[in-house]
Amino acid sequence: MASENGELTGAGYINHHLTNLTYGQLPDGSWGFAHGAQEAADMGFMAIHVDSMVWALGLGVVMFCIMRSIAKSFSSDKPSKVQCFVEALFDMAQDSKDSTFTKDAKNEWIAPMALTIFVWVFFMNLMDLVPVDWIPELAKLAGVGYMKIVPSTDVNIALGMALAVFIMILYYSLKIKGPIGFTKELALQPFGKYLIPFNLVLELVGLLAKPLSLGLRLFGNMYAGELIFILIAMMYSASLSLGVLGGVAQLGWAIFHILVITLQAYIFMMLTIVYLSQAHEKH
Amino acid sequence: MNINLTLIGQTISFLLFVWFCKKFVWPPMVNAMQDRQNQIADGLAAAEKGQEAQNVAEKEAAELISNAKTQAAEIIASAEKRGNAVVDEAKTTATSEKERIVASALTEVEQEVHTARESLRTQVSSIAVAAASKIADKEIDGAAHAGLIDDLVKQLKAS
Repeated sequence: MASENGELTGAGYINHHLTNLTYGQLPDGSWGFAHGAQEAADMGFMAIHVDSMVWALGLGVVMFCIMRSIAKSFSSDKPSKVQCFVEALFDMAQDSKDSTFTKDAKNEWIAPMALTIFVWVFFMNLMDLVPVDWIPELAKLAGVGYMKIVPSTDVNIALGMALAVFIMILYYSLKIKGPIGFTKELALQPFGKYLIPFNLVLELVGLLAKPLSLGLRLFGNMYAGELIFILIAMMYSASLSLGVLGGVAQLGWAIFHILVITLQAYIFMMLTIVYLSQAHEKH
Repeated sequence: MNINLTLIGQTISFLLFVWFCKKFVWPPMVNAMQDRQNQIADGLAAAEKGQEAQNVAEKEAAELISNAKTQAAEIIASAEKRGNAVVDEAKTTATSEKERIVASALTEVEQEVHTARESLRTQVSSIAVAAASKIADKEIDGAAHAGLIDDLVKQLKAS
């Protein structure tokens, strides 16, 4: 299903790879999977990207079951190699939290959340390294038209996590500072009480920019990376020499991407901790 | 690039995963690491205690050794003193014994001399008498010359 009329064009190929398997209300009023990018867009908000959700949840469940089984087999005197690795992750999350939060701001949810973010985002990003055609082609054989396997290249996924972080920012801001303290912080900074409307606009923009920048940074990086993988993949069907060049290019980009996906997961985690530590700070 | 329900779905899943991690993954890891921290701390404390005990024992041993040394020195000193005393005693005993022996020997000698003188005197007197009697037999009447002989005897006795 490269394009609507079955013709394999470059634009169609890219478009196909960038379209999610969307479930929603079809133009004729019935509910089902969209047959193309346009149809998916027309479904509006009341639709769901089944592939993104399945891959995200599947990766999450598999990964946390593994982590849980490792955690249960933890022994304090004879750590296995896997345990040492998980402990290193654990320490990274704990240290990130400890180095950012002030000592009196105690919150035992932050470190587990940091670990969740890092591991989950990393695994979602890791799907980027699977060659772009493998799983969509398999899905096509199984009769599924669209399959986007990297959840973090879906803006909904990245912004969804950022939205959760935003909710937590609001929750902890209200909990720690109280409604009045939080309002004061928004209204009385940075220019004092004579410029309250201006302060409010400035601070609200700043507040909203946090989740937006958090989500869009991850999405943008992963989307661009994925797009380049798709463009490289197009070289395979051009000619033999371009194909070989494409192979080299894919290898290089993939190796570079190992760094990118780890870095993006780390950045997402770190920024979340920083935002939440700001939410914990009283003025 | 369509924003749709996936956003909400991901938000909820994320919060669920955080909860899951906090409830089921975090505690066993924290406990295990806490246990290990405690074990290490205990081990270090035990090592320190052992070190302390060793120090104490070493000090005690040094004290014992110095005590033993002083005792040994005392014993040696007293033994020397005792030895000297024994020697002195022996010397004194020997000296007094010697004096006693010498004294008794002197007495004996004196006695011997006395006896010898006595017997000599008796013999001399008897010889004198015999000689005198021989002379008297020839020329002198015993009665006439008795006074002379008695004087002679008296003189001999006195000498």
